[in-house]
Amino acid sequence: MTTPSMDPDGSGRTGRVAAIRSATRARTAPLTVPLAAAGAALTVAGSLTPWATFFFGYPGKVTLTGFPGGARLYTLLLAVGLLLVVARIAGRRRAVLACALGIVAISVGNLLAIASSGGGLGAVAYGAWLTVAGGVLGALAGDAVREPADSERNLRWGRLWVWAPLEILLIALVLGGLLVAIVIGLKINESSAFVSYLAFLGFAAAAAVALGAGTLVSYVSERHRTVTLAAAAITAAAFPFTQGGDSYWIRVAASIGVFAAAAIGLNIVVGLAGLLDLGYVAFFGVGAYVSALLSNATFTTVHVHVPFGAVIVLGALTSAFFGVIIGAPTLRLRGDYLAIVTLGFGEIFRIVANNWDGLTRGPNGISGVPNINANGFDFGQPHTVFGIVLPGFANYYFLELLLVAGVMVIFANLNRSRIGRAWVAIREDELAARAMGINTVALKLLAFAMGAFLAGAAGTVNAHVTTQVSPDSYTFLESALLLSAVVLGGMGTLPGAVLGSTLLFVIPEKLRTFQDKRLLLFGLALILMMRFRPEGLIASRRRQRELLSEESGADAMSQPGQVARA
Amino acid sequence: MSTPLVSRQRGPDPGGGAGEVLVARDITKKFGGLTAVNQVSLTVRDGEIVGLIGPNGAGKTTFFNCLTGMETPTSGEITFRGRRLSGGADRITKAGLARTFQNIRLFPFMTAVENVQVGRHCRTRTGVLSAVFRGPRHRREERESIQRARELLDFVGLSRVEAELARSLPYGDQRRLEIARALATDPGLLLLDEPTAGMNPQETRDAMLLVRRIRDTGLAIVVIEHDMRFIFSLCDRVAVLVQGAKLLEGSAEQVQADERVIEAYLGAPVVGAPVDGASGDAETRS
Ligand SMILES: Nc1ncnc2c1ncn2[C@@H]1O[C@H](COP(=O)(O)OP(=O)(O)OP(=O)(O)O)[C@@H](O)[C@H]1O
Ligand SMILES: [Mg+2]
Repeated sequence: MTTPSMDPDGSGRTGRVAAIRSATRARTAPLTVPLAAAGAALTVAGSLTPWATFFFGYPGKVTLTGFPGGARLYTLLLAVGLLLVVARIAGRRRAVLACALGIVAISVGNLLAIASSGGGLGAVAYGAWLTVAGGVLGALAGDAVREPADSERNLRWGRLWVWAPLEILLIALVLGGLLVAIVIGLKINESSAFVSYLAFLGFAAAAAVALGAGTLVSYVSERHRTVTLAAAAITAAAFPFTQGGDSYWIRVAASIGVFAAAAIGLNIVVGLAGLLDLGYVAFFGVGAYVSALLSNATFTTVHVHVPFGAVIVLGALTSAFFGVIIGAPTLRLRGDYLAIVTLGFGEIFRIVANNWDGLTRGPNGISGVPNINANGFDFGQPHTVFGIVLPGFANYYFLELLLVAGVMVIFANLNRSRIGRAWVAIREDELAARAMGINTVALKLLAFAMGAFLAGAAGTVNAHVTTQVSPDSYTFLESALLLSAVVLGGMGTLPGAVLGSTLLFVIPEKLRTFQDKRLLLFGLALILMMRFRPEGLIASRRRQRELLSEESGADAMSQPGQVARA
Repeated sequence: MSTPLVSRQRGPDPGGGAGEVLVARDITKKFGGLTAVNQVSLTVRDGEIVGLIGPNGAGKTTFFNCLTGMETPTSGEITFRGRRLSGGADRITKAGLARTFQNIRLFPFMTAVENVQVGRHCRTRTGVLSAVFRGPRHRREERESIQRARELLDFVGLSRVEAELARSLPYGDQRRLEIARALATDPGLLLLDEPTAGMNPQETRDAMLLVRRIRDTGLAIVVIEHDMRFIFSLCDRVAVLVQGAKLLEGSAEQVQADERVIEAYLGAPVVGAPVDGASGDAETRS
């Protein structure tokens, strides 16, 4: 997930040098360091003392003294981070704020949860209050720090690191850390503990990014592209081996793979060409139905069996064909109209699938889709690799990895070609793009068809992963979720689409208790994102500068230097 | 500058008169009740710079829009190298007409070199498969496109800023970048809509030199300008539009001397002095 964003640009070299020269030392109000240190000390004390007055089964053994577990471990770690930041690198406003707000968020969240499950504020012990106070102090300290614009500092990192073995070690550490973080996270069963863990990871990552880690990692991974990609592939492939033969999370990960592949396809349509497609999941559905119908399922209408290798191509092509059918008449429309038409198409697909009993078996759908059997290799069977038993689902997981890798290559290579440039040009100024000889209708259609193609391919695999297809899997909600994954992760980036899909899949799996409020939470998350990080969790560089400049409002294009005519 | 130069689609013209690049006949464009362009004809020959002047709202930009397919003329016929032009703006650019815009329309968040590379789009053919698999054609065309873009940036004097975002360039550089982008489409005729608007005197002189250098490569140019020094020192012929109709066409001397032009447009006789285009008030703008 640390692959660099696939932007074809290497801009800003001249500006960078100037920025580094002009980087000034951060100024810090005199009381800041003691204030932050006090906040950290309070937090440490709070983390080591009880958060609840009596035992009622709350995770993390919150009544014990001197034993930080669960949420208290996270606040303790953040407090240590806070101390480090303040002591070693004074003047890091955002890093201090991230640590402090992380402490506040985790402690307040757990305090409320303890109060609600322990029957009122009486259940809350002094440790929790201490921690909240510590976090607030830290945040006040962070707020008092002034610092040079972060670009200046971040850019310095990009030049500092030059020793290749160290850089490769860093890549390995980051990816290994990621895998460990995921494995640890998946082992946490209680909702509140999981949320605390997520919050901890999020705020710790924010602090690291504020210290320039993001820029560092992206420069390093760009310099060692092949190594990074190989390491990422190895890390991803290592995941099933960490599950001790248990198939639950491997199954979830396989679903994430399907979802991510579709999200990357959608990213071509939305992120590159700038077309809003609200019925995207229908293309996914076309692929799934093609696959299910050609697999000789138990409950089906078509009794043929086509080898999966052919099915994946057929499904993708059928889906792309529908993409062209829908796109050709509608892509002349702009923005909102296109969104409405695609929304309509999504519904039409679902309704047709629901009513065409002769082919789709209506609401029952096609079920009992058999496992893929490629040349005698049965995807349903467990296999032993390196002495470790991998459950059957690991086969699908690896197939998904291949699919995602393939989809990524397609996305990245298109993005860095004349076609990708034309898409971006259309998104930025359609009229000028036409005046430059770009056939905008054809290129938009191509984007649409490519998106549909990739979604169709993902759909064919999904039919086998879920063993059944039915119309209610392809509702508008699914399209909206895919779109959220893209927006949340970061428009126009590959790691963003994968991260977005992962979050949207793993979080609901983990928060079974919140299942019915799932959408509410997503909505809330999206609103917060739009407010605080509109470019998505992992921003494409182009997207980032678009949004940054929108914010600053300084636009050379709209303010000609002198309008007076000579 | 020794390098690149502007390569063009020349070749023999199948029909039409000797060396006629563009022939526009009786172009009319109506917006509802307003006739923005009224029966305007214009012929451009190889290697010529033709100036198009007229007061604000005279219909100059609209005429360009008709030529480049961004507006469909209400009536009239346009032939380019003997072939009738039809279709949308993209097809006309592909046929060999390239333009810049009065109010700059670059791709703001693309770098300078990317902007010029977009101009190469219609002269390259890499398809999806070749792009996805990094095929030989993709690699060759990509190499050529970036090399060509760099040459053109060098030609207009923007090599220094090739990696800067278009929007972060100074105004004069943006205009030059737009010209480089237009040249990247290998045009047979270049249409410049007020290439010095908003420029300071130094930038204006540079722009003049640039236009002359483009002409020296043999490319025909039509230029809309309000800067009379620019027009009269650069153009082989000048056409005057007033209220949508062509008032007069002739050499720089003829136009400068014409009573009606002086009256309708220039306001006072000029001797190479720049004149504020807005002073002649023949506006139809509402
Ligand atoms: N799309 C349009 N719809 C309606 N009226 C238009 C449209 N485009 C231009 N016009 C009108 O046509 C007339 C000619 O406009 P045009 O922009 O061609 O003038 P111009 O000669 O380029 O002027 P300037 O020197 O200010 O650029 C103006 O009255 C303008 O308001
Ligand atoms: Mg104009």
